[in-house]
Amino acid sequence: MLGKVFFAVLAVVGMSLVSFLGFSSFILEMITQILILGLFAVSLNILVGYTGMVSFGHSAFYGIGAYTVGIILKSTSLSIPTAMAIALVFSGLAAAIIGFFCTRLTAIYFAMLTLAFSQVVYAIVTKLESLTGGYQGLIGGIPKPPIELFFFSWDIRTVSGFYIFTVFTVILCLLCINVLLNSPFGCILKAIKENSERTSYVGINVRGFQITAFIVSGSFAGVSGALMALYISGAYPDFIFWTTSAEPIFMILIGGASTFLGPVIGAMFLFLLTSYLSAYTQFWGLVVGGAIVCFTVLLKKGLTEIIVRSRWYHSWGGFLKSRFYGFVKSR
Amino acid sequence: MNIIAILNCFTNPSCLIMVLVNTLILTMLLFIIASGLSLIFGTLQIMNFAHGSLYMLASYLTYTAIRLGIGFGGALIFVLIAMGLFGYFLERSLIRRVYGDSLFYQLLMTYGLVLVLDDLVKIIWGSEYLAVAIPQAFDKQPIFFMGSVTPIYSIFIIAVGLVVAIILWAFFQRTSLGKKVMALSEDQEMLQALGINVPAMYSFVFALGTCLAGLGGILSVPLTSAYPGMGFNIIIYSFIVVVIGGLGDIRGAFAGAFLLGLVKSLSVIGFRDYEELAPFALMAIVLMVRPEGIFGKKH
Repeated sequence: MLGKVFFAVLAVVGMSLVSFLGFSSFILEMITQILILGLFAVSLNILVGYTGMVSFGHSAFYGIGAYTVGIILKSTSLSIPTAMAIALVFSGLAAAIIGFFCTRLTAIYFAMLTLAFSQVVYAIVTKLESLTGGYQGLIGGIPKPPIELFFFSWDIRTVSGFYIFTVFTVILCLLCINVLLNSPFGCILKAIKENSERTSYVGINVRGFQITAFIVSGSFAGVSGALMALYISGAYPDFIFWTTSAEPIFMILIGGASTFLGPVIGAMFLFLLTSYLSAYTQFWGLVVGGAIVCFTVLLKKGLTEIIVRSRWYHSWGGFLKSRFYGFVKSR
Repeated sequence: MNIIAILNCFTNPSCLIMVLVNTLILTMLLFIIASGLSLIFGTLQIMNFAHGSLYMLASYLTYTAIRLGIGFGGALIFVLIAMGLFGYFLERSLIRRVYGDSLFYQLLMTYGLVLVLDDLVKIIWGSEYLAVAIPQAFDKQPIFFMGSVTPIYSIFIIAVGLVVAIILWAFFQRTSLGKKVMALSEDQEMLQALGINVPAMYSFVFALGTCLAGLGGILSVPLTSAYPGMGFNIIIYSFIVVVIGGLGDIRGAFAGAFLLGLVKSLSVIGFRDYEELAPFALMAIVLMVRPEGIFGKKH
């Protein structure tokens, strides 16, 4: 636990220092987006990789987080951390309601019902035009007041300011998720994934834990949506459309579901691939789709698993492994 | 929600007939497409996201076939054969590799195929709407009955839907091959032990499902035109239909298609604002009351 906090602080400081090295703002913006998408994918992986529930409606919470932050900052004078906390609570509440119904079902029915609920949220958001701007989305920019700390105010309107803010928030969330998943709570989730029937025979309330996992997962997805809304200074119905739900699933597939940070690697890979391809061709879906089909046929374990299992990792990564094994590979 | 408008419509024969015809057209189109999806899920245990894209592909092929001048009837036969072959090769080359894998990989592989097919269609046919005229044989005076107007083509679609339903029913109940397919969803090991070529049966079922998606595409292209992304909506609706009706059950697909068609055509009259929401609300309600669907088996 202490080692993890130490590692997280080290990561925040190290990654923040990167912004002073004089990289172009293009690279910082890229890392910012990868981190936000990575958090989205890791939050979904609590369900997919740990509890064994394939949710196909995670865009609902991502969108709710984004719209909550956008609407609060546009219409009130609350600070950004407060708005983000409210976004976390709101998406958590939505996850509690949706999770309550969805966890009654299993496997494909669960996936389909989460998909249906995300489309319900989509329809509601596009209907509430006075609040959300309907199909147009929240346009006109979200005000970003500087964050007041003890002595100085932190301007997140600059690229590097927002980058550091994202690094801090995302790593804090990842730390929370990691601690939670390595606690007895996380062990019970894994037990449910392995065999939910036996888990219930031990006397564990399986459905209660599934709903809790759903709420935790939805809350952090809300945080990533909130960050994305701040980053692009707007929230759009596309955030909630069901095709958005497929993206974190790709990231988990590419990165590997059985490693904690795998989905972040997947987010990086997918983001770089799509942004590189869309610079050359509008048909990036062809390549990405082809890559996904190849992954499902050839590389079922994902990239991270292959690296972790490889000979190179075992011979050269000895030090890294002994120091960070618990963080990189949590199972 | 405007209940008075719906009640008013029910007391007015012309409006009632219009709702009925609209419901039936939607029912038949959804049934034809969703029965393919349901068949594939029932036997192969694969949730095929690419089903909507196969429907789209068939619409585009129909457009090309008609442009080549072989007529609507010719296009029908040509596209059905092409889709059957395409489905066969798809199953042999890719789908076969994810049998028995977790749901996660199956959903992803078929979603990857959606992206690939969508872009392939854009590359080959471009991104514009491609309109197909109503075939000449049906481009006649519509039927006027008690103040309502019904195009002949609508009646043709309803008739085809009924014929498909009867053929599928007869196939599964009366033919030996159909019974083997039904048995496949029960116990494929036993079937293999009886000396039946199970992998070939899988290919056949997938090809049949693809043909059904194709038939839906052919029939609806004169009404909707062909455009990229047309599969996105239809796949969601097909999911709703099979989930409402019970996965893997053809009768369920029909019942689900009818319920969804009814809700869609009523929403146009009574609750237009919630037209997009209504199908999902229907699905959520059915799943909460009966999680296995109307005709589904407890599992």
